[in-house]
Amino acid sequence: MSECGSCPGCGPTAVIPFPLDATAPKAVAVIGPPNSGKTTLFNRLTGLRQKVANFPGVTVEQHTGVAELPDGRLLQLIDLPGVYSLSPRSEDEQVAYDVLTGQREDTAKPEAILLVLDSTNLARHLMLAAPILALGLPTLIILNMADDLRSRGGKLDPEALAAELGAPVALVSARQGEGLDQVYDFLSGAMLKPAPRQLPVLQDVPKCREWAGRMGSEASYRAPIPPAWTRRLDRLFLHPVAGPLIFLAVVLLVFQAIFSYVQPLMDGVKWLFEVSGNWVATALPPTLARSLLIDGVWKGVGSVIVFLPQVLLLFLFIGILEDSGYLARAALIADRTMARVGLQGKSFIPLLSAYACAVPAILATRTIENKRDRIATILIAPFMTCSARFPVYTLVIAAFLPNTPILGHFVSSRTLAMIGLYALGFLVAVITARVLKSSILKSGRTPFLLEMPAYRWPTFQSLGLRLLDRSKVFLRRAGTVILLVTVLLWCAAHVPFQNGHPPAIANSLAGTLGRTIEPAIKPLGFNWKIGIGLITSFAARETIIATMGAIYGMDHPDEGSLDLQKAIHQDLTPGGAVALLIFFAFAMQCISTIAVVRRETGGWKWPLFQFTYMSILAYSGAFIAAHLIR
Amino acid sequence: MQLSVNSRLPETLPATLGDLRRGDAAILERIDLPGEDARRLMELGFLPGTRITAGMSAPGGDPRVFQVDGSEIALRRETARGLKVRRVRTRPKHP
Repeated sequence: MSECGSCPGCGPTAVIPFPLDATAPKAVAVIGPPNSGKTTLFNRLTGLRQKVANFPGVTVEQHTGVAELPDGRLLQLIDLPGVYSLSPRSEDEQVAYDVLTGQREDTAKPEAILLVLDSTNLARHLMLAAPILALGLPTLIILNMADDLRSRGGKLDPEALAAELGAPVALVSARQGEGLDQVYDFLSGAMLKPAPRQLPVLQDVPKCREWAGRMGSEASYRAPIPPAWTRRLDRLFLHPVAGPLIFLAVVLLVFQAIFSYVQPLMDGVKWLFEVSGNWVATALPPTLARSLLIDGVWKGVGSVIVFLPQVLLLFLFIGILEDSGYLARAALIADRTMARVGLQGKSFIPLLSAYACAVPAILATRTIENKRDRIATILIAPFMTCSARFPVYTLVIAAFLPNTPILGHFVSSRTLAMIGLYALGFLVAVITARVLKSSILKSGRTPFLLEMPAYRWPTFQSLGLRLLDRSKVFLRRAGTVILLVTVLLWCAAHVPFQNGHPPAIANSLAGTLGRTIEPAIKPLGFNWKIGIGLITSFAARETIIATMGAIYGMDHPDEGSLDLQKAIHQDLTPGGAVALLIFFAFAMQCISTIAVVRRETGGWKWPLFQFTYMSILAYSGAFIAAHLIR
Repeated sequence: MQLSVNSRLPETLPATLGDLRRGDAAILERIDLPGEDARRLMELGFLPGTRITAGMSAPGGDPRVFQVDGSEIALRRETARGLKVRRVRTRPKHP
């Protein structure tokens, strides 16, 4: 693969340094193996100026960002997926290969490459340098985690390595911000194409490894001793008895925190919306427009935004578990259980993310190589209790169940009810997986390979960026789908006019719709008001709260802030309440999920199958609950 | 990678990676798995001639973490059985 060597323009003597301002590239690709700290470096260089999208046509996420050079110039960074090799076998590798070779029309061909490798595991990571250098683009080899290398007694000579590889080498700690000036120097300075070197045959893995080992010894690389803390922590977290107990305790702590400890914050947001709503209401004349703004938009959207602290706390926990390295251990502990239903430990990570939201979870399934395992994981992911469900659960549980302590201050009755609902979703997911994997999605077992990263402290920057990203997604939903549905609902609730005035809610278009479906939902213990909420919840689950908030607001215009809990309590029997919870646990009420499943599975077959299956389950589950509990 | 056999190691019993218990060390001889699977394992460091040490496992002993080429990779027992190894007497690590 060293055609580059035969080209005279590539030789080191032929490179003429360009004038400084002409050499900064427009786009630079960041690539590296998984767990090399590639994303940490990308975050360091781009900070808040980044965006996440999908490469069109494939399921691979595209992270792009803008880096500002010390002299003020800007350049685009493309964060490519983590890969072990460039031989295009998986979708991730294909995308990385296509971007680097300029074969994707949607992405500018990078003019330079930042190759991020873990310096504590240099010999193996250097294997990726062979195919990257063979591309012949200007490349900076970044040996990350220099702080770990040092503290664990390893060392190497970057200059010797650079001479061996024919490309510049920087020893960096992206977490500490150490050595970044070398990266900026490379990005803003004259960039040289790699000098031609003898590279191994890229298809021959043992030859590549041998080459990487030789490069390492030429650079007097001394491997660090194994991370003592990681070994110590693994003895605890993977202990046959303590391990599973800690696993359960972690899950319990996450749930308790997002259902109890976050309450004051949520009350604060609620209070803000009430105060500002009242203030706006007194400042405006009592017209239909004011009613739309206050009863429609403010109450509707506000009742959803109240849940922002809860959603963020959940993502904070998932972020800490993932960045610290515990999530890989959790997948290891979960593998046997997952194998019993025909899945594997890798399904555990998407399924855990599905507790936050099914959309990123379904995107995360692409780490599962086996296609049938992947589809099975996609099909059961929406059964996991996503963050859009818990506003609904919280509301109904709080309306019907008094909060009494059960296990001291740690577990209360409401927490227990909530955990019960989470367990219900999980159980149905497991049964569904088992049925699917022993029938239409039967497949041979594929090897389960899971790399255990060393434990690390999560950084505030990485956690902060995650939370910012999630807030944007959540607020965008509240500002688009939910706002639209609330406004449509308000309109439907205000036509047709009777004697020049809006009708009572029961006689409005919305009321008529609710009463039309009432015969179908009466067996579940729901009346027409809940019916309107159900219709709107098929856009997004949490919309039912906005809807109920708006309906009760309109129904009782005198009571500025009628407690939604009390209102729900009046309209539902305990049996109906349980039926409503079960309906929400099973039904696929989410346009975004349907869209992402269609895209990921490449057609309408699986999303239609999933929607039908889940709807039938939701209706029959709710029906049974309504008839068992009176 | 040390491909030469150290003749001073007396115990070289045929075994698979799946037979190793925590703390056992072995040299990988060959991978009896389909081509694609074998290639992925090799990219993660499971190359013939490499020394592998068995580490912690999930409760029940499966899957188990293996220390290979500077990384820790978890494999299920059914996969580990496809990796033929030669046991070496466990020596004190890291002189």
